[in-house]
Amino acid sequence: MMLIFTLFFLLPLLFVTIVSAWDYNEYEMIPAFSLRGYTDTFEGCIAGLPDLCTILKTYLKTLKLCLLTWSLTLLIGFTVAYFLAFHVRSKTWQIVLTLLCTIPFWTSNVIRMIAWIPLLGRNGLVNKGLEGIGLIQQPVEWLLFSEFSVVLALVHLFTFFMVVPIFNSMIRIDKRLIEAAYDAGATGWQTLVNIIIPLAKPGIVIGSIFVITIVMGDFVTVGVMGGEQIASAGKIIETRLSALQFPAAAANAVILLGITILIISSLTRIVDIRKEL
Amino acid sequence: MGEKRSRSFYVLAAFFGAYVLFLYGPMIAIYILSFQGPDGGLTFPMNGVSLVWFGKVFSGSGIVDIGAAFKRSLELGLVVMVLTVVLSVSAGMAFRKSFRGATFLFYVAIASLIMPSIITSLGIALEFRLLDDFIIKSGADNWTTAMGLFTSGLGAHLTWTLPFGLLIMFAIFNRFDGRLEEAARDLGATPWQTFRHVVLPIILPSVVGIGLFGFTLSWDELARSSQAIGSVNTLPLELQGLTTTVTKPDIYALGTLTSGVSFLVIFAALVVILALQARQRRHGSDAGKGMV
Repeated sequence: MMLIFTLFFLLPLLFVTIVSAWDYNEYEMIPAFSLRGYTDTFEGCIAGLPDLCTILKTYLKTLKLCLLTWSLTLLIGFTVAYFLAFHVRSKTWQIVLTLLCTIPFWTSNVIRMIAWIPLLGRNGLVNKGLEGIGLIQQPVEWLLFSEFSVVLALVHLFTFFMVVPIFNSMIRIDKRLIEAAYDAGATGWQTLVNIIIPLAKPGIVIGSIFVITIVMGDFVTVGVMGGEQIASAGKIIETRLSALQFPAAAANAVILLGITILIISSLTRIVDIRKEL
Repeated sequence: MGEKRSRSFYVLAAFFGAYVLFLYGPMIAIYILSFQGPDGGLTFPMNGVSLVWFGKVFSGSGIVDIGAAFKRSLELGLVVMVLTVVLSVSAGMAFRKSFRGATFLFYVAIASLIMPSIITSLGIALEFRLLDDFIIKSGADNWTTAMGLFTSGLGAHLTWTLPFGLLIMFAIFNRFDGRLEEAARDLGATPWQTFRHVVLPIILPSVVGIGLFGFTLSWDELARSSQAIGSVNTLPLELQGLTTTVTKPDIYALGTLTSGVSFLVIFAALVVILALQARQRRHGSDAGKGMV
């Protein structure tokens, strides 16, 4: 196992870091030290001040998408997990309903993205429906191939990653604590804020790590749902790669990696993952 | 938790229902649309019902060689599944005792799980590219590339499936009663016998679960494969390529087929798990039955 991780994970990461500091020309990489990969990435950033350059704009947009997706998945995931953990009483039903949430996770992401097209397209169900009840005269354009559809698809795909860890934390909360709170006269809301949320925090953090790292590096969803028109951090890497500019791609990967590690390390300060299994 | 269902229960149940609808609704829409009549387009309404688009997928007219990609994905999925099960179970067993590098391996596995896929993929691509350069420089003239479905592609998939397998094993062994093994040992079982006759039957349902994860994750994996698969494509990659070019419902038909395979595997795995659990209940405990 260690061997596989070394061969296919640690070494590749090392190579990404090394190659990011290599020189390159139009068609090949040159093993000589150069920071061109980085300087090209930030080309025009200082000259163009105070306007933000493309790369910074892209990262900001990625962060924005990430934040939106994170808050939505957290909200939905928490509610779903809360329902499963505290309101579904029989164990069998809990398993059945959890499975119901899990099955889509075992099917293809691409198909689940394509699935939005007949609904959101210009002649899709949503537009037809809205026209039918007379709310709009013209089809709404921003439904598909827009930031809206990207966030929608991301939430659709990855809420699962929130539900499972939060559910896992909630299921281990001692039910007597809640009864005690109830007996002590706490309202439902007070119980939620003062007891359940603090105790479910590890699950929330783990779920957040999953969602944030996935969204930060995502290029497939952004590509398909954004109609290949929206840029994101992952998308930059892919574009550089298809132009065979490996060092530039690697430099971007290192930057992305840095940001991701920063986010994760600040989150892991809150919980110890290993204790939570 | 009172005896009567409170109002919040119904609100939350409705929310849950909406979430499930949100999960499944769009998928069901494309399954229906894949049976679109010959003149039908990409959206509703249906123009008749037919299997034309499924025929198109199989005959391969219009779109790329789906049959081959289908076969490749299936083979890769099965190999990944077997490796994931074997490696996860053995690693899971190893982690029960502390060994050198245990913590490190754990953190590497977690890192591998949450690392943005594109970075892993890019890294593997670079690794193999450099390896190729090295081999060519050292004199192999006819060398093309070491990159391929069962080298770099397999590795890329394993970085994704193994952490899941490992986490499931952790979850199992955290609830595992170690005294059962001690009992077996006291009765004179060899380590292998203990594993084969005591540990394995107990964890088997979860092992099937790991297999399920191994196969389905590989079957649908896209981001990690994208750069690391070499010259041939897996099914999800073909599908992604098609999203930008295809304007006919055959892409839905393909989607329905792919999901069909996923559902078949999920269903089979669940049946096996349930059967195993039923068996465990039947054979599991003879408590209260008196001496035999």
